[in-house]
Amino acid sequence: MTCELVTPTRRAVLGASGALFAWAFIPRFAHAAGGRDPRFITIILRGALDGLTAVPPVGDPDYESLRQSIAMTTNGPNAALPLDGFFALHPSMPNFNRLYRAGQAAVVHANATSYRDRSHFDGQDVLESGYEAPGRVDSGWLNRMLEGLPQGDKVASGGSNLRGLAVGANAPLVIRGKAPVLGWSPSSLQPVSADLPPRLMDLYTHTDPLFANILAEGIATGKIAAGVDVKARGGPGDPAGMEQMARGAARLLAQDDGPRVAALAFEGWDTHAGEIGRLTRLLTGLDNSLAAFEQELGPSWKDTAIVVATEFGRTARINGTDGTDHGTGTAAFLAGGAIKGGRVIADWPGLKQPQLRDGRDLAATTDLRAVIKGIAVDLLGASPATLARDVFPGSGFVAPMKGLIA
Amino acid sequence: MTQPSNDVYAAIALSRFGLGADSNGIAAIGSDPRGALREEITERFAPVPVGVELKPTSDLLVALYDFQEQRKELRAQPVAVAAPPVTANPGLQPAMSGGDMKAGQPSAVPKTMASPPPAAAPYLPQQVFLAEVDARFNGTIHQPLIGFGERLAMFWANHFAVSTSSGEEVHILAGAFEREAIRPHVFGRFSDMLLAVETHPAMLTFLDNRQSIGPDSKANAKGKRGLNENLARETLELHTLGVDGGYTQADVTTLARIITGWTVVRDQSPLGASGTFAFNANAHEPGDQTLLGLTYADNGFGQGREALHDLSHHPATARHIATKLVRHFVSDMPPPALVQKLSATFTKTDGDLSAVYLALLGSDEAWDTKLVKIRSPLEFVIALLRASGEKPKPNVIVSALAAMGQPFWAPSGPNGFPDTVDAWASGQGLSTRMDVANMIANAVPSQVDPRRFVSDSLGPLLSEETLQAVSRAETRSQGLAIAYLSPEFQRR
Repeated sequence: MTCELVTPTRRAVLGASGALFAWAFIPRFAHAAGGRDPRFITIILRGALDGLTAVPPVGDPDYESLRQSIAMTTNGPNAALPLDGFFALHPSMPNFNRLYRAGQAAVVHANATSYRDRSHFDGQDVLESGYEAPGRVDSGWLNRMLEGLPQGDKVASGGSNLRGLAVGANAPLVIRGKAPVLGWSPSSLQPVSADLPPRLMDLYTHTDPLFANILAEGIATGKIAAGVDVKARGGPGDPAGMEQMARGAARLLAQDDGPRVAALAFEGWDTHAGEIGRLTRLLTGLDNSLAAFEQELGPSWKDTAIVVATEFGRTARINGTDGTDHGTGTAAFLAGGAIKGGRVIADWPGLKQPQLRDGRDLAATTDLRAVIKGIAVDLLGASPATLARDVFPGSGFVAPMKGLIA
Repeated sequence: MTQPSNDVYAAIALSRFGLGADSNGIAAIGSDPRGALREEITERFAPVPVGVELKPTSDLLVALYDFQEQRKELRAQPVAVAAPPVTANPGLQPAMSGGDMKAGQPSAVPKTMASPPPAAAPYLPQQVFLAEVDARFNGTIHQPLIGFGERLAMFWANHFAVSTSSGEEVHILAGAFEREAIRPHVFGRFSDMLLAVETHPAMLTFLDNRQSIGPDSKANAKGKRGLNENLARETLELHTLGVDGGYTQADVTTLARIITGWTVVRDQSPLGASGTFAFNANAHEPGDQTLLGLTYADNGFGQGREALHDLSHHPATARHIATKLVRHFVSDMPPPALVQKLSATFTKTDGDLSAVYLALLGSDEAWDTKLVKIRSPLEFVIALLRASGEKPKPNVIVSALAAMGQPFWAPSGPNGFPDTVDAWASGQGLSTRMDVANMIANAVPSQVDPRRFVSDSLGPLLSEETLQAVSRAETRSQGLAIAYLSPEFQRR
């Protein structure tokens, strides 16, 4: 079914208010930071990306034994792409590899937010809200960062300074808040995620034989897709859908008077089983999205920084179903012409049993907030004091990481 | 097993007898769920849909007849010059116009528009139908705390089913029929509802009684016309006695004769105002009639009214109604003792429906904590809308229900939609439920925490497995979709 709910979403509210034609008032806030007119994009990967598959530490002597059947290698079929001799890159990311070689992409490995538990919702809450702990906040760090940025000379007085762009059926929490945000969504963002039927099957099998039977019947007759091998359907958990979201966002950001900051959320990264095939699809989608940004942003690409982050990582050890469970440390991707790239930034904690967090997770050695703060200061001209107080409350001890911006 | 708490009864009251929890969850009725349910009966709370387009039957029919005349005249005219194409205002093209950009084309290279077809005049019956849908799904279903009255309105409208697909009159009248013939009587007497239904223009049209002419009546002086047994048959088989109610073909024919002349005025006439029910004595079959062993003197309309009154008090009718109520609310296999109890209450109280419901709610079977029924698509959609607070456009709801196999006010026959688990438990059905659940889950503001949602709205019915599946979902909207599709949410 493709019918669309019409609800008073942000999208509809903006459409009705007339504020959408307020582009002329968009601030050139970043003139404050080195004369650039920058673009800052945050991509949230929902479901907890396995950083050890996306950016495998092939040089770590313990990696292969932990990962066994899903260990990546730099030779043989599906060889990972070597990055710096220690880390390699998943082979389904050729565009990121090219940007890395061109000095326009970097990886931050073994990072995490301040969250150390294993609930997706709470992890996403912390990642996106910017608060130390999960809570029921209704604004995200990106929005509060927008509020605190120095305003450019084109800002109209009053509240019409639309500066952020939220992509997707729902505005990601990271960009929700007081600062006005424009919502945009490709029209095809309604399909059921391929992940839903297997989750329901698991539930029904344990609780309701009748529903288990009819779900099985639906799958057997092709009425319901069986799961991960479903064909592209165009949602945020699907490679084609990701690229579509990225391309649309980039075209808006590329406009002279368009928004300067955007948030997207891609789904489907919860790889408890059959991780290799699944990440191959998803990382392809992410990689193509980065290429789409590069293409569509055109001349603005040189002033662009993209941060790709996820709520937490996964267990260092493979589980019993060729996948991994919820863990801690993971990898973040940085891309864009403004990024001082060509490197993997990591204070590598090691993968020996005592080095693992709780004996199971890649330990986190880099605070993701330091990375975001670093970009915010050097690219957008944000003040460290505002970042510590309003954007990431209580994070005064986390210094902005220096040298991320070229 | 511990003694069920009031919370269990609150959850059951909402799911089995109501429309599902709204955003306040089950806590809203937690302290005295049975009392709250009884109160909806004593207060006779069946909200009535309202809206500017929701007019009485006669007004709607007059408007329809005018509409039909105009259409006839238009068709009679020679082909008119095509209306000039509607040009989109270029100022509304860029970026966010209308808030809904198509297929990832934000840079909005305006496509050369092929000249669009001239805007068709709104199709009046559908316009009214959608207004009725809107009033109900975005209005009445959100009003009650529990919604037993609304459930009963749905139950009785399905018992006395008409179908919008049968023609323009029923298409425009289905809502008015329910507002006028069903809702006022859901807590009243069955005999009053029966008479209101069988004299309503929607039913008289749907089951062809307008065309039925007494063979020996004045209107049939030329001897070419005759009886149409449709309404009489369904009155006996579906509306009162039931298919095994002990009537014969002769009874069908007799009842058909008895109700000849029950019709609807199309144009102002001595019979009455256009669009109203009328008894046309000229079309009425003269003479006394014997139905189920009782003889009814020919006193015009009174002959049919008395026959319906007796049918509504027949023991077979009591049993038929009791069985259907128990099947609907309790189990596909109605416990005979409970049916007997309701049937006896029906008979003892002259068909006082509130007394019958109270007897039902006073039974242990009604409160069994095992959820054995499955929400029909209509009930499922309503539960979703209540739980989420979403208010989609009526055409979205209409297409969702059609996709789920329960097109609104359009069952395939006068027997209405089925009321058993088998009918709705299919792979196809689940597939469309997934789509609809997903659509709603995506529309819900993403700060809603699905873990909290399931525990608030399902309370003690929530299983550990469902809570875990919801908690483990990758996104909040996926968590909500799992909550909506959980057995506890789909069953009642």
